Amino acid sequence: MSKALLDLVNVTMKFGGLTAVRDVSFTVNKNDLIAIIGPNGAGKTTLFNMITGIYTPSEGTISLDGEALNKKNASEITMLGIARTFQNIRLFNNLSVLDNIKIARHTRIQYSFFDGIFKTKKYREEERLIEKESLELLALFNLDSKKDLFAKNLPYGAQRKLEMARALATRPKILLLDEPAAGMNPTETKELSELIHFIRNKFQIAVILIEHDMRLVMEIAEKIFVLDYGNLIASGNPQEVQNNPKVIEAYLGADIDTNAPGEV
Amino acid sequence: MDYYLQILTNVGIFITLTLSLNLINGYCGQFSLGHAGFWGVGAYASAVYGVFFALPIDPALNMVIALAIGFSAAALCGLLIGIPCLRLKGDYLAIATIGFSEILRIIIMNTESVGGPRGFTAIPKWTNSWWVWGVALAVTIFMLHLKRSAFGRAIISIREDEIAAETMGVNLFRYKLFSFIIGAGIAGMAGSLVAHDQQFLHPNNFNFMWSVCILVMVILGGQGSVTGSIVGAVILTVLPEILKLIGSDVSTWRVSIYAALMIILMLTRPQGIFGPYELFEKKKLQKGSA
Repeated sequence: MSKALLDLVNVTMKFGGLTAVRDVSFTVNKNDLIAIIGPNGAGKTTLFNMITGIYTPSEGTISLDGEALNKKNASEITMLGIARTFQNIRLFNNLSVLDNIKIARHTRIQYSFFDGIFKTKKYREEERLIEKESLELLALFNLDSKKDLFAKNLPYGAQRKLEMARALATRPKILLLDEPAAGMNPTETKELSELIHFIRNKFQIAVILIEHDMRLVMEIAEKIFVLDYGNLIASGNPQEVQNNPKVIEAYLGADIDTNAPGEV
Repeated sequence: MDYYLQILTNVGIFITLTLSLNLINGYCGQFSLGHAGFWGVGAYASAVYGVFFALPIDPALNMVIALAIGFSAAALCGLLIGIPCLRLKGDYLAIATIGFSEILRIIIMNTESVGGPRGFTAIPKWTNSWWVWGVALAVTIFMLHLKRSAFGRAIISIREDEIAAETMGVNLFRYKLFSFIIGAGIAGMAGSLVAHDQQFLHPNNFNFMWSVCILVMVILGGQGSVTGSIVGAVILTVLPEILKLIGSDVSTWRVSIYAALMIILMLTRPQGIFGPYELFEKKKLQKGSA
């Protein structure tokens, strides 16, 4: 049996007295397409922040390819192969679209600091390569014609795409997308679902997304994890999750006649 | 003639200083208000070398050693101050750096062997305008090339968004510390130029007001812009002298005129003269707009 790519074991995150994520365990395999859903405040983004090293889990372990991530900071985790986008887009606004991509290559720069200052041959060759590869990546997202624009001047949908392209430029093994469809209209969402499939197949990586748009989730996810109040309450394929009573309860509330003393 | 030459030298020194602060403040986005402290440490360190340990060699060689000492001493202070302070953000970092630069100044003020409050005298004259402008040119090229390299991009990404930079694999602390150390070191070089040009140092020449003055030059020119830093340093060094020359009536009011000009400029162009761009860069960047 092949080992899991990403492995979470009893992961808990406490902020003071509040437990945002409690005892969550799951595994992600290579090339999986997974969705994490749950009501607002269920701990989905906290989970992402723990996987990417922005928070350190209070308890439990997260490992990538068998290597524990708990003690690593965010930049080291990126180097190991986890990339993400953010719920509220975080681009480098005052830099060009192309520079946004170039920065993501940071962990793979071969030339030294002095090569950069003296513009040696090594620097020039590598920068040429970086430029070429960055443009190729932008072309996949139809952003190459906008390469000299400031990131902040892109339309909203294009900003989301650029953020994904930038995450992919770090050459990840797993891509985490935090609400990629937020603020998109149905046509854009349709395009997005194609784009996510395309990314997964083209780059051969696992994709985990947090999403509230159930049509998108049910359409593309192969496996769904449901969080509620920090607990992992259900997991399975879209069909199983849709019919799971716990999930229905979390989203719609319990039936009125299940005995709830004190309720009026 | 000497008067004009002195202004020219001062312009070169302030260009170096402004560029060095631009690395910390404009590229990396760390709000440091203690730059005069690093300047002073560099000046006193290389002056100590000049007065007590000078080797019997050519002044030009001695100047190279003095510059290296000025750089190292200030960079070391940058390291020591940066490690605790760079965990702070924004205003808090500014206050902590003010505190540290004042501590450095008070230490110098109370060290008798470097003259204490009487000032440090009889520093050998090793430098001239050529040295000053040579260093300014070298720092300008350094800053421009840095901006175009992966390391400069990493530093600038920290200014744009720390969390995003970190998830792109940029080690925040390392790059903040790096820009802090190099920025401090370059300010130290400017200090050793002052020491061996004016042959006299006083701790009060490196007080908080000068940190503010350098910061104003950076902001006036445009944070993150190398051309802007140069223009800012030139304007703010030359303008007071011009106002002095115009006439005695103007001379009385020159500080007020200077202040009023600053206010007008900030109201009309808060991003500075150049914004974050270089001289011909903006046109290229806007061309792509669809």
